[in-house]
Amino acid sequence: MPHLTLDKVTVHYDGQPAPAVERVSLDVGKGDFVVLVGRSGCGKTSLLNVAAGLVEPARGRATIGGRPITAPGPDRAVVFQNDALFPWLTARENVAFTLRLRGVPADRRARRADELLKLVKLDNAGDKRIWELSGGMRQRVGLARALAAEPEFLLLDEPLGALDALTRERMQTTLLDLWTAAQVGVLMVTHGIEEALVLATRIVVLAPGPGHVVRTFETHFGRRYAAGEPIRAIKADPAFAAARADLTDAIFEGEAA
Amino acid sequence: MSVGSYTERPTAEAGEKDGLSVPWSRPRPKRTGVSARPISALTLLALLAAWTVSAELQLVSPVFLPSPAAVWTKLVVVARDGFVDATLTQHVAASLWRVFAALIAAIGVGVPVGLAIGISKVGRGVFDPLLEFLRPIPPLAYLPLIVIWFGIGEPSKVLVIAIAMLAPVALSTAAGVRGVSRERIDAARSLGATRGQVVRHVVLPSALPSILTGLRIALGAGWSTLVAAELVAATRGLGFMIQSAAQFLVTDVVVMGILVIATIAFALEFVIRRIERALVPWAGRE
Repeated sequence: MPHLTLDKVTVHYDGQPAPAVERVSLDVGKGDFVVLVGRSGCGKTSLLNVAAGLVEPARGRATIGGRPITAPGPDRAVVFQNDALFPWLTARENVAFTLRLRGVPADRRARRADELLKLVKLDNAGDKRIWELSGGMRQRVGLARALAAEPEFLLLDEPLGALDALTRERMQTTLLDLWTAAQVGVLMVTHGIEEALVLATRIVVLAPGPGHVVRTFETHFGRRYAAGEPIRAIKADPAFAAARADLTDAIFEGEAA
Repeated sequence: MSVGSYTERPTAEAGEKDGLSVPWSRPRPKRTGVSARPISALTLLALLAAWTVSAELQLVSPVFLPSPAAVWTKLVVVARDGFVDATLTQHVAASLWRVFAALIAAIGVGVPVGLAIGISKVGRGVFDPLLEFLRPIPPLAYLPLIVIWFGIGEPSKVLVIAIAMLAPVALSTAAGVRGVSRERIDAARSLGATRGQVVRHVVLPSALPSILTGLRIALGAGWSTLVAAELVAATRGLGFMIQSAAQFLVTDVVVMGILVIATIAFALEFVIRRIERALVPWAGRE
């Protein structure tokens, strides 16, 4: 079982007086859904970029399956807040992008792309242009495109951040469905407290100045959804409200109320 | 301002469909009445009328301003019988050939140069000063040097036009390349794209709208340079035709030549806009 591991990672950007993140350790196993939350400037995205291989840590080690992470790779596909899709391609061609890079024949990659589009519930949108899609549909295409790389880990940088509240709620269950179906480990950054609780198997709370871990929560609401419990029932559970209060306290700990 | 004035925001209009929309963002008013196009047509007509009247009343001598009718007659005559040993079609063909040969050369050199400027520090270090040096020099200034180096043949004429087109093509390409979003590149890299694949599959298509804008500007620059390029030892071409006519004070041919160039440039602009819409329909909609 490969693990994505950050070991006492410090991120220090050139020209900055203080590090963005100091000595943070994380471990994401396959089947885990780890969510990073915290106030602005706590270094959530920096950590995700280290895992992606887009940012090199100043100190500490980032490894996947024991091998050091030195560059981005399709074993860790990233989905960004602004979908970062390619508008000159159709939805299907976007999903098939990584297969095209690998030289997969056109008919096979189109078939695979259609399967993935079906998985993200965009069955009939294959021929659509990117600008014809709504924000939620675009993120679905982005997720399908990432899954086409057959990654071991999905790195999600506020993937639902730009969506309206209703779309966002629907996309949360989609994410859980994909996580279950694709059997990947997920490392996700979010600002949403409820979103973190709905999705995560583990929530890592970070605080700024420089970014460090203040608390880690093991949660089970996402697994309960995966086991078949309806999302509304989970959210109505008093345990959910209690966990939300705890998490909120942890995020704003040390800050005047 | 009193707090109470906030309550006086306009309420939803009767025709407003969306109950969730913010009440003070009124539906965009339908365009009524005037649009720009008929006004433009009217301006042109007024100009033509003023020209006709002043020519008719002989306010200025026909040597300075021939009448529209005279210019039109000249167009027909030159199209049929030619002027200085070539018909109008031959003049147009010669000029079009030069401009397009130059355009292709400018694309062939300018796009790779722009790409180099946009993606590598070395490329920028090498080419940026060269382009900045070349850009402000008027074609008439380097024309003699080109003639000394490359003679008075056709290649010199194409080269003069191509040099004028190079900077807009290269700089627009570079701007387009530099404008590619970081996330888009990072996404491609995380999907397994190599550096070369990122350039080919992400950077170039992303920069395409900007490159096409560069081509449009380059074509404009090309037509402005045409007359200079045809100054030396040309026997055909619209620029040459205008200059020969000017030497013999055949003003109606001069005016006719100017109008022909304007018409062609306008038509090309239209064609390029069509190409843009077909090739980069996503531009401005991302």
